[in-house]
Formats: sequence, structure tokens, C-alpha cells
Amino acid sequence: MEWETVIGLEVHAQLATKSKIFSGASTAYGAEPNTQACAVDLGLPGVLPVLNKEAVRMAVIFGMAIEAHIAPYSVFARKNYFYPDLPKGYQISQMDLPIVGIGHLDIEIEGVNKRIGVTRAHLEEDAGKSLHESFHGLTGIDLNRAGTPLLEIVSEPDIRSAKEAVAYMRKLHELVRYLGICDGNMQEGSFRCDANVSVRPKGQEAFGTRAEIKNINSFKFVEKAINHEVERQIELLENGGKVVQETRLYDSVKDETRSMRSKEEANDYRYFPDPDLLPVIIDEAFKAEIKAALPELPQAKKDRFKNAYGLDEENATILTSSRQLADYFEATLKASGSEAKLCANWITGDLSAALNKANLEITHSPVSYERLAGLLTRITDDTISGKIAKQVFEALWHSTASADEVIAEKGLKQITDTGAIEAIIDRIIADNTDQVEQYRSGKDKVFAFFVGQVMKEMQGKANPAEVNKMLKTKLQG
Amino acid sequence: MSLTADDVNKIAHLARLGIDSQDIKSYAKDLSGMLDLMTQMSELNTDNVEPMAHPMDQAQRLRTDVVTEQNNREKFQAIAPQVDTGLYLVPKVIE
Amino acid sequence: MHTKTLKELAQCLRSGEFSSLELTQAFLNRIKKHQDLNAYITVTEELALQNAKAADARIASGNATVLTGIPIAQKDIFCTLDVKTTCGSKMLDNFTAPYNATVVEKLNQAGAVMLGKLNMDEFAMGSSNETSFYGVVKNPWNINTVPGGSSGGSAAAVAARLTVCATGTDTGGSIRQPAALCGITGLKPTYGRISRYGMIAYASSLDQGGPMTRNAEDAAILLQTMAGFDEKDSTSVDQPVPDYSAGLNAPLKGLKIGLPKEFFGSGLNSDMAATLEIAINEYKKLGAEIKEISMPNLKLAIPAYYVIAPAECSANLSRFDGVRYGYRCDNPSDLADLYTRSRGEAFGKEVKRRILMGTYALSAGYYDAYYIKAQKIRRLISDDFKNALADVDVIMGPVTPTTAFGIGEKMDDPIEMYLSDIYTIAINLAGLPAMSIPAGFIDGMPVGLQIIGNYFAEDRLLNLAHQFQQVTNWHQHSPKGFE
Repeated sequence: MEWETVIGLEVHAQLATKSKIFSGASTAYGAEPNTQACAVDLGLPGVLPVLNKEAVRMAVIFGMAIEAHIAPYSVFARKNYFYPDLPKGYQISQMDLPIVGIGHLDIEIEGVNKRIGVTRAHLEEDAGKSLHESFHGLTGIDLNRAGTPLLEIVSEPDIRSAKEAVAYMRKLHELVRYLGICDGNMQEGSFRCDANVSVRPKGQEAFGTRAEIKNINSFKFVEKAINHEVERQIELLENGGKVVQETRLYDSVKDETRSMRSKEEANDYRYFPDPDLLPVIIDEAFKAEIKAALPELPQAKKDRFKNAYGLDEENATILTSSRQLADYFEATLKASGSEAKLCANWITGDLSAALNKANLEITHSPVSYERLAGLLTRITDDTISGKIAKQVFEALWHSTASADEVIAEKGLKQITDTGAIEAIIDRIIADNTDQVEQYRSGKDKVFAFFVGQVMKEMQGKANPAEVNKMLKTKLQG
Repeated sequence: MSLTADDVNKIAHLARLGIDSQDIKSYAKDLSGMLDLMTQMSELNTDNVEPMAHPMDQAQRLRTDVVTEQNNREKFQAIAPQVDTGLYLVPKVIE
Repeated sequence: MHTKTLKELAQCLRSGEFSSLELTQAFLNRIKKHQDLNAYITVTEELALQNAKAADARIASGNATVLTGIPIAQKDIFCTLDVKTTCGSKMLDNFTAPYNATVVEKLNQAGAVMLGKLNMDEFAMGSSNETSFYGVVKNPWNINTVPGGSSGGSAAAVAARLTVCATGTDTGGSIRQPAALCGITGLKPTYGRISRYGMIAYASSLDQGGPMTRNAEDAAILLQTMAGFDEKDSTSVDQPVPDYSAGLNAPLKGLKIGLPKEFFGSGLNSDMAATLEIAINEYKKLGAEIKEISMPNLKLAIPAYYVIAPAECSANLSRFDGVRYGYRCDNPSDLADLYTRSRGEAFGKEVKRRILMGTYALSAGYYDAYYIKAQKIRRLISDDFKNALADVDVIMGPVTPTTAFGIGEKMDDPIEMYLSDIYTIAINLAGLPAMSIPAGFIDGMPVGLQIIGNYFAEDRLLNLAHQFQQVTNWHQHSPKGFE
């Protein structure tokens, strides 16, 4: 039988606020255990939550970016379950009235666009962490993460393969970083994903029973975990078995998913509106304020790069893959006054290659946009040739000097002084009478020999166009 | 409406509330009595009534995103039943 | 000294008639003498004397407030920094809060001298103070009867002159009912008027702290300091606090009082009805008009309350899990055992009953029938009040169906106990302010009159109460043996 895979993703993006969603404790990663868990985060008796405005603003920005409905009235609810990393015995989340309603995200699969529906995105607090190692059979609880704001982004079951799932997740990852609402650090758990996976016979309309795979924290694992789960379900069904609705954990070491019984027990969450918090009202003024500050979105930027700068698809795609890279490009372009294509080629070519090699992000580039612009300016005004420019770039990468300083110091300035070029040409013609004869008798190929000789003599600094022109005149006699 | 001992056990489990087995019956009786009291509510038609979750007809106030809390672990953990190297300890959690 | 009101004591401290240290010592002596009332869970003698000395110095330096040097006792639901806060439960028998409740902080700042922490029903769940882990409080008017609850310790302590004023909290009547049964003045303010920060939550959408005093004048003084916006409580109201003492003497001529027929129907016993009629007549004499009103949905307040309050409490009390503070069972075998036994061993029967009820009402399949239904009824009750208060200035009625009942009398019948809050519960559902003031006696036991006002009309309620106390002396009676 042919099977069709149906996938819905729930992505948890930690919002990049300074303080927690309901308390004034820091959200910084990596602190000593429980040093960033305040009375509110610890759920001490009598303490109360107060909502962080920045978390709300970030959720609304996200909603606007996926063209979703922004709820004018949304409500926080308590999700009740007992777990040691959940200090209050309930998680403050949103149920019936989430802050962001239906929206969408377009992904590209093998050159074809596909629209994935986003059901909702809601605000909630993160839980703490359980540490299982070395406490004499006990589990240690660190509540530093408890209360970190999360945006849970729930997709429609529109995804049909592990590849699509990865494309969707990457697109989302790119977007939240673009918007500056999440640092996207997957190793630190800032961006994690649960996948609802089911299979059905091709052509069948009804969904199959789904399993939820928890806490997948890399793009690679999303693909592997889903593929593994799909195989498991198909095998089960083909052998006459049944898929059980359950929560499964992906084990990246063994490359398998296994049932999480501990999470199954408490599945009656008894949601109800949190009486410690009032409805969140997003009025038009607040929306307008956020909209005004909304950054240009990736697709719009890419279109603009193609139209306004005449960039090709490839360069436009690479340059808009992150807001920082796009900003770098535009800053360089403006400062250099060079052609957009030249500028784009340098950034996607030599600079990107160097960054890759050094494993650096554009934000940490040793060559600032000002210094790269200095280089491009000198290419554009013919001070140096493209070939020499590579040499200058190499020097820029390893020093803090400007392009002009490097050119001056190493004497790389292109020679356009016709007198100097003429003297050398005269000498070379005098020294190579045989070749002159050959050229004059019609062997055009020998011309390249003369160009090579002149350039060699001038250490590549002569203006090639000038050399060609003068050589032609002289050789014709 | 009346609750059975089994119902009470289920609810007690959801609430992680230990109840002595000899008391289950009395809880079942008390809770059934409460539920009887509540059947009065069903006598009133409330079809077009908006539920009221809160007495305050006001919007949630929003806090500025600033860190106001400092490390207070020592004080907080002085009242904890079991801690080690800054962590709260519980019996082993099996996932 | 102990017979004086708060206002009188403040004047005496100012004039130097006696010092706060002397005053504090006098109250500490009385607390010791009458400890069999069981009004206090913790007496903070050393701290009180130390703070009294500091208050005397502050008075001498001339920057005192009206509360500087005044002895006060806190209901043990308010967290107090470095002083044990139990909430009347075994669960918190070992709990010392690392912070002050906002109310405590404000009173400390004003220079009030805390004598100790007052007994209460466990987690404020109860109407008789009999659910306290620390035992029942005795009503000073008859030690075989209950003081009411949940702020039973507060009411008994004020009535027995073991403090001049106290704080209380009111979720379904927990300030007004014990105030009525102990013959003192209690005010439950509008929801949101006083910060709930550091006040251990029972039912968050209903809980509200308030003053418990000898008379309305003192209540105005105490409320003045307790009230106000708190940025740590999302449900506290950012509205200026009026001068509550300024309007106490406003004339009542033309005041319209509504009497809901549902309050004065056949359910009210005849002695109670007669006593209240005499009290309401005093208002007529003061120039008020009386109007019968109807609030048809009031009868559903008890069932709606016993869904909403337990539902909220079932979640509010989940944090007591034996992990970060509070009671933890011995040698838990696993995580489930840690939770189940810690909670099972440390919560009392009434608390468990309400957690179970609330868990049930919120669970899958019952949410709409119970929780949503109750919320709809809450809306209807609130609308009843809105409509009534569009017509009249205040609503009056009984606080309790009877005077204080015997200790143990209702403990075996929780439903019967719940019905004793029949006149107070609806006010919490609506979030309105209400007072209980002494209005007479039946067989030597105090009776309270309830005055219910519009949102944030605390000043009006205090004005009405004060005017009544100018023409009656019920509030000046003191129980025998405690004069």
C-alpha cells in the first residue's frame, strides 16, 4: 500500500526578552543553577505574575510577519499538571484565546512554493530543567529557565514529508531571527520543536492516529525523527497493528523514538482562565506602534534586492538569508558607491568563503563593511585590478588597516602612467625581435605573450586596457 | 448526582492528593452533596450569558522589560526540604 | 489602655500619655493571659518590643504616621519576612517567607507594631476557624461557640482586646462573618483595592484583604494605609486612594437603602430579622429612605461559589508539593509518592474536599457543566447588583443567618457549614465592597449588619457605618471577662 505522511509542527521559540514573562528575573543562559529563579519563578506562596510588555510586542510582531489575525482580546489560562520542573503545578499558557490567530508561512521545496498554514501562536512560560546525573539516585531541579517567555507556534497538519518539515522549521527559524524576537540558538534550547506525525493510505481523507514526538532540537534530528517515526507507524500498520496516540521521545543516539509514559499520565490539563491575570487587550494604537517598527520581511527584502539592485536570484537569496547579512550588503554598497553586482559578488564570494572557513557569522566579520567598501571603491575607480583586489582583501582580513593603506604600503596601485608602460613595452619589443616578427606575419596568438611579459614586468599593476591598447599600436610598428 | 469511590480515587490522583482508603467513602458522600447543591444551577437558563471569569473589567497591565531581581538563592533554599549544590532534589524522575 | 480605640491610642501616643513600648507590653500581657482563646498562632514578642521602641523614637522625632506605635496583628495568611507564615496549615508549619506581603510592608512602613500572626481556617477555607491545623479559636462572647471564619483569630483578637486592630481576608465572607459573630467592625473592600501580593491565595478572583477593627473610624484609618495600587499585583487597581476619614461625618439625608427581599424572606430567623429591623430604623431616623429591591439570582450564589472557589483553589494549592518549601513526607519512594503523601499528610479534610471538588469541576467533560455554568451565574449575580445599585446607594442585609454556633456543631456537615455564608458570598462574586458592623445582640451574642456599596465606595460605607456608630453603642460592648 502507498502511504501518505501527515505532519503538524509545534515550535517553541524562546523570546529574546531581558527579563522573564511574568517576573523581573533575568533570562540570560548559562547561570549557576537557581540563581535566576526569583520568588515568582519558584512559585512561592502569595506571589503574583505581571506580564512583560516586550513578550507581548514580540508575539504581535510575529503575528504580523505571518499575516495572522492579532487577537484584540486574549486570555492566559492555567494548564494543570504536576512535574518537578513546573513549580506552581500549572503552566501559565493560552488556550481558547491565543494572542496570534490563523496565519501562514510559505516554504520552497525543490523550487516549488508551498503554503503551510499556521493555526495559532500563543504566549506561555517555559519550565525549568531536570538534571538526572550524579545525585545518588535523585533528580536535581534547576529553575533558572522557569518563566522564560515562549511563543508556541502551531502549524496546520499541512506538512507531507520530513523534508517539508525541515524546510518549514528553517523558514520559521530564519523569520524569528529576522524579527529579532528569538536568538534561534538550538543548542541552548531557544528554538525547539514537537512533531505530530501520522500516516494514512494515499487518497484517504481522514487522518490516521498521530504520535507526538517531543523536544527535537536540531534540523537534522527533525528529519531523522520524523522519518523514523513514519517507518515505525507504517511497519506497525502493515503488520496489522494499530498506532497508539501517545507522546514519544526521540533518542538521537539510538536514532529511534520511544514512548514517554511519564507524560501520558496527566493528560487532563484542566485549563481555566488564570485569575491572577487580566485579559490582554491589543488596541489599534499598540498595533500601529508595532507595525511602524516592523522590519522588512525576508521575502520583501529579496524582491527589493532583485528589483532595485538588479541582483540575480542566487545572490538575492543568499544576501537576504539573514537580516545582518542583508544589512551588511546595503551598508557596503552605500559606502563604496560601487555597482551592486560587484558588491554582491564580493560578499557572497570571497567574504562568505572566508567567514565559512573561519566559522564566523557576518556580525563577527574581521572585515567591517567600511573596509570592504574601501576595497570596492578602489576596484571601481581602477586603482587596482580585480586580481590585485584579492590580495588586498587577504591583507584586510588579517589586519585592521584600510584598503588604501594596504595598497599604499604594498605598492599595489595600478600603473596608468603611459610613459612608464611605454618604456617597458619598448624594452620588451626590443628584447623579443623573433616574437615581433611572428606577430607581424599574422600570428595573433603571440599577442598574449607580450601582454604576459608586460604584466609580469609590472607585477600586475598595469592597467590591462591601457597595456593592450599601447601594445597593439607599438607592435603594428 | 453522586460520585463513587472510584471517581474520588481518580480525582485524588489528578490532584496528587493522598487520601486514606477508609476516608474515600466519606469524601464521596461530601462531594456528592456538593454536586447536589450545584444542580440548582442547571435550573437557570444561561444560554446567552457571557461567562464572567473575573470581577475586574480591566485590561492586563504590562510591565517594562527590565531585570529587577537579583540572585537570592541562599535565602530561598534555606526553606527547602532537600537541596544539593544549588539544585532542588526530588526522587528520580523517569522520562 | 486596651479599651481605647485605634484613634484614641494614636492621640495618647502623640500626647505622651503612654509610650508604644508600654502599650505593646500591655497587649502582649493580655495575649498571654488569654492564650486559651487560641487567637494567635505566633506571637512576635521580641520583635514587637523592638519595633515599639523604634516607633517611640519616630514619634519623638516628629515624623510619625497615625499608625506609628499602634499594635496590630496580621492574619497568618499574609507573608511576613523572617516570621513564620502558616496559613493555618500543617503544610506551612515550617515555612518562613523570604518577603513581606505588600500589606505587611505598608503597615510596617507606617510604623505599626506587629504583635503576632493570627489563627485562621486552613488556607482560609472554613467559616468557623475549626479547620485550622492549630485548633479552633474560641469566641470571647461564649467560649463554647466559634468565632466564625476564616479570619476567626482576627475577629476574636479584636473583640477580646488582644490587639486594637487586625488584618483579615475575605473570599466568601471571611472578614464579615467573623466580624459579625464577634461583634466587631469588618470591611471587605472592592476587589483590587488592596494588593494581594504576599497574601497566600485561596481563590484569586475572590480574595481581598481588609481591616478588622473596633469601629468604622479605626477601619478608615487602617484601610487608608492598606489600600492602593501595587505594581506587583496585576489585579490591583491603579486608582487614587481617597481620604477615608474625611467623609465619615457626611449627613445621610436622602440616602437610599435597598433591602433585597431575597435577604429578608422566610429563610431569615425572626430574632435576626427583628434585630436588623431596629438597626435599619436607625438609618431611617438619620434621614435615609428604604426601598425593597429584588436580586433574583442571589440564591445561586452558593453553588456558583462552590464551583469557582474550589476550581481556583485546586490550582492555587498545587504549588505545595514538598519540593521547594513547606511540608515534605518522610522517605518518599518515588516522585508520585512524594506528591501524594506530602499533600495527603499535610492538608486537612476541608482543604482536600475543596481541591477535589475543584479538580472535578475543571476536569474533562465537566468543565462546561460546572465551571462555565458557574461563571455565567456569576455574571447574572453581578448584573443583579449593578441593576440594584443603579437604583439605590447601598444595599443592607444580614451577615449571617444566626449568631455564633457551637464548636463542633457543623463540622460533620460541610453543606450546612457552607450555607452559613449565604449572605456574604454573592458580594465576592461581584467584587463589591461590603462591611459588617455590630447591630445588636441576641441572647447575649453579637449580630452584624451588612452594608454593601458600589465599586470603590468604601468611603461611603465607612460614612454610613460611622454615622450608625454615633447613634448606637453596640460596637462599644465588650465580652465579659475581656473588659
